[in-house]
Amino acid sequence: MATPEADIRWMSPTAGSTRGGGTGGWRWLAVAIAAIILAPILITLLSWLQPDQAIWEHLSQTVLTRLIGNTVFLIVGVAALVLLLGVSLAWLTAVCEFPGRRVFDWALMLPLAVPAYVLAFTFIGILDYSGPVQGSLRDWFGSSDWFPPIRSPGGVVLVMGLVLYPYVYMLARTAFMAQGPTLMEAARIAGMGPWRAFFRVALPMARPAIAAGTALALMEALADFGAVAVFNYDTFTTAIYKAWYGFFSIEVAAQLASLLLLFVAVALFTERYTRGRARFFQVAGSGHRIVLRGTRAWLATGFAGGVLAVAFLIPLFQLVWWVIWHSIGDLDARYLNLLLRTVGLGLMAAFITVSVALVLAYAKRIQPDWLTRRAVAASTLGYALPGSVLAVAVMLVFTWLDNAMVSLFGLGGGGWLAGSLVALLLAYSIRFMAVAFSSVDAAVEQIRPSIPEAARCLGAGQGRLLREVYLPMLRPGLFAGALLVCVDVMKEMPATLLMRPFGWDTLAVRIFELTSEGEWERAALPAVTLVLVGLLPVIFLVRRSAQQPRRSSRGTVQATAGRDLRLGGA
Amino acid sequence: MRVLLIVGLVAAAVLGVSFWASQQSGGQGDEIIVYSARQEHLIKPLFDRFTEETGMRVRYVTDDAGPLLQRLRAEGANTRADMLMTVDAGNLWQAAEQDVLASIESDTLERNVPANLRDPDGRWFGLSVRARTIVYSTERVDPEDLSTYEALADDQWDGRLCLRTSKKVYNQSLVATMIARHGEELTEEIVSGWVDNLATQPFSNDTAVMEAIVAGQCDVGIVNTYYFGRLQERDGDETPLALFWPNQDAEGVHVNVSGAGITRHASNPEAALQLLEWLSEQEAQEMFGALNMEYPVRPETEWTERVRGWGEFQGDDIDVSEAGRRQVDAVMLMDRVGYR
Repeated sequence: MATPEADIRWMSPTAGSTRGGGTGGWRWLAVAIAAIILAPILITLLSWLQPDQAIWEHLSQTVLTRLIGNTVFLIVGVAALVLLLGVSLAWLTAVCEFPGRRVFDWALMLPLAVPAYVLAFTFIGILDYSGPVQGSLRDWFGSSDWFPPIRSPGGVVLVMGLVLYPYVYMLARTAFMAQGPTLMEAARIAGMGPWRAFFRVALPMARPAIAAGTALALMEALADFGAVAVFNYDTFTTAIYKAWYGFFSIEVAAQLASLLLLFVAVALFTERYTRGRARFFQVAGSGHRIVLRGTRAWLATGFAGGVLAVAFLIPLFQLVWWVIWHSIGDLDARYLNLLLRTVGLGLMAAFITVSVALVLAYAKRIQPDWLTRRAVAASTLGYALPGSVLAVAVMLVFTWLDNAMVSLFGLGGGGWLAGSLVALLLAYSIRFMAVAFSSVDAAVEQIRPSIPEAARCLGAGQGRLLREVYLPMLRPGLFAGALLVCVDVMKEMPATLLMRPFGWDTLAVRIFELTSEGEWERAALPAVTLVLVGLLPVIFLVRRSAQQPRRSSRGTVQATAGRDLRLGGA
Repeated sequence: MRVLLIVGLVAAAVLGVSFWASQQSGGQGDEIIVYSARQEHLIKPLFDRFTEETGMRVRYVTDDAGPLLQRLRAEGANTRADMLMTVDAGNLWQAAEQDVLASIESDTLERNVPANLRDPDGRWFGLSVRARTIVYSTERVDPEDLSTYEALADDQWDGRLCLRTSKKVYNQSLVATMIARHGEELTEEIVSGWVDNLATQPFSNDTAVMEAIVAGQCDVGIVNTYYFGRLQERDGDETPLALFWPNQDAEGVHVNVSGAGITRHASNPEAALQLLEWLSEQEAQEMFGALNMEYPVRPETEWTERVRGWGEFQGDDIDVSEAGRRQVDAVMLMDRVGYR
């Protein structure tokens, strides 16, 4: 399988870049995109012009310490859980063979379709004191006091970890598959035991992918409000909402949000810095899976099956149960509308976001100078902003434009832009750019620089290079990014609520309306529908990524590389 | 690539249609646009009936009160909203305070809505009354032991009380009116006593509070009556729970409103006023009660059967805007005593 190049190549980032005329445009395009994305974020920073000392004093004297402690606990806990679940499951399904592996391969991605707020109320419904589990325990044993309380910090971490681990699982799995068993075989020949080979070779090489997945999971956990609200677990996000809804100070809310952003920016920078300048370019190898036998095989099956049951099957069963007993009567023709709107928004946002992400990733690839890299990094910050804060910021930008249009040109009846689909789609793009970008960028990064170099040697211009070399090789990555964004947009709640045009209610909106009144059983109907719709892109995603090593890395990439090399040599 | 292309084309088409639609809908004379923090299933039947009777179309967008208010403020003079509808006097007071609502004079509204349930300057009017009262387990609590909200801070309720989170505006309004009655110091003592008596962490909604009481996790709680009604409808009347009307020898049960006001920059204020007045009249008031088991704001309107079954009570006649005025104090107080 080894090509003339080594299976692994170390490159400094600049060595592979193509410098030269005609690339400056990409830099400015990236900067322009960053400027659009940063505009609403900067608006949150403007809030510092109106400090409200009384509220700040109150917060710091009463709740702030606990909030920060809670947030740190959440982050550390979720990080540990998603790493543990994501990496181990990815390793099992990508490299090992055990009973049921083919099913778990895709099924372990399914929890991605479950919104955190839905899993939260389902878990509390099942496991709280008044739920069926503790109820049965009391019937059998007389007491359920020893049962660990679900409405606790541990419970929040569990729920978040279970919905967010697929990010790590998906990216780590792709990385492990790309490595292929040959790498492990080499490590084993070099005298390492299986565990040592995993920790010394496979894991470090998959680190960029794992880090990217973990970063996504943690940003989502930081920005979450739905699930923590159901648990009544106070985090930094809670303080943002308290400042807004309790003290009616949008300024303090924005100030807190900007602190959150700063924290995320520092964390992301640190991760990138410690990852250093190492870059891995891989060629997939083929080989044999590690076949688990006996107890080990069943342990693997049990572990994967347990995670799947707890994160997906049991909650889905509970939701369906609620639908059957309580909310099937709510099902009417309007659900079709809700469904179409939900899917439509998801698809449109996915297309736009991925297109923009591609521009960013490409600009970063061909022109990785300081400015471009900063612009690209800044473009992904929106993911860490709580949805509501971001939505308000985008809304402020658009209403400002609206009002300017009215006063300058006498155009529009007001609310023309702010209440339009364009504003909503922009809000989605800002919020989920990080999701699309991490997929697209990972795909771009995996393309060995020799390929475009060869194409350029042969006289291909920038446009042709993108169209005929990059795009075909990137297709799986783009597709994966689009599907991820699609799922996320369909689950998104606060921005949809605030910015949707009249009549554009989605399933998430309906869930909000019912859960905000505590009607979990009735919310089960839109929740089940949302999960089932979300399954479609997720299943697409896993089918694609299951094919990926064969079709893209080995098929397309190898073929393309071979052709380029041949042509380059000629 | 073809897939992406198709998706792109579909997206472009939908975008075009939505633009066209947004253009179509702007500024039609017989259309009223409502920003509502009341959920769709509670308002749509009302609006449908109104449209049937008057031919005027009502369009609405639902969200939490905070974002809707922010949107109104940002849109300023260019807003398309004619009416803001929200729950809780705290939110209504805040909307008036932030100057997004117009002062209106209407004999109909002043006749139908008692003075303590509307803004003195006519910027908002209560449309339904909600009572926040004590609920108890009929299996483990003798109603003789219950008396007031304040008494729930007594030692006899240690480990027996369940509450909803302090982040819910209903609890903020309850504490705010207690501050108005008792002053900060005494109220802080009482709320602190509640926190000490909690059987478990505060819940995220009233229904969960009642379910915990049924399951035996605690014995008493404080909930809005219509949640109790919904639970009865769901689980049957034999559910071992009952409502208790506290503070009957003093100021009465804590009541709050859901209500609405006409926006300062409404493009269709006459129609919006017509809708608002219609909402305060007999037919709509009956529907309010029937849809969500709330109390009609109009004194002459009869309560629904289930609501009548809970008995008569004396409600607190304090001006409900006090709840808004002291909301910030209430939130800070609850933070200080560790009521999450």
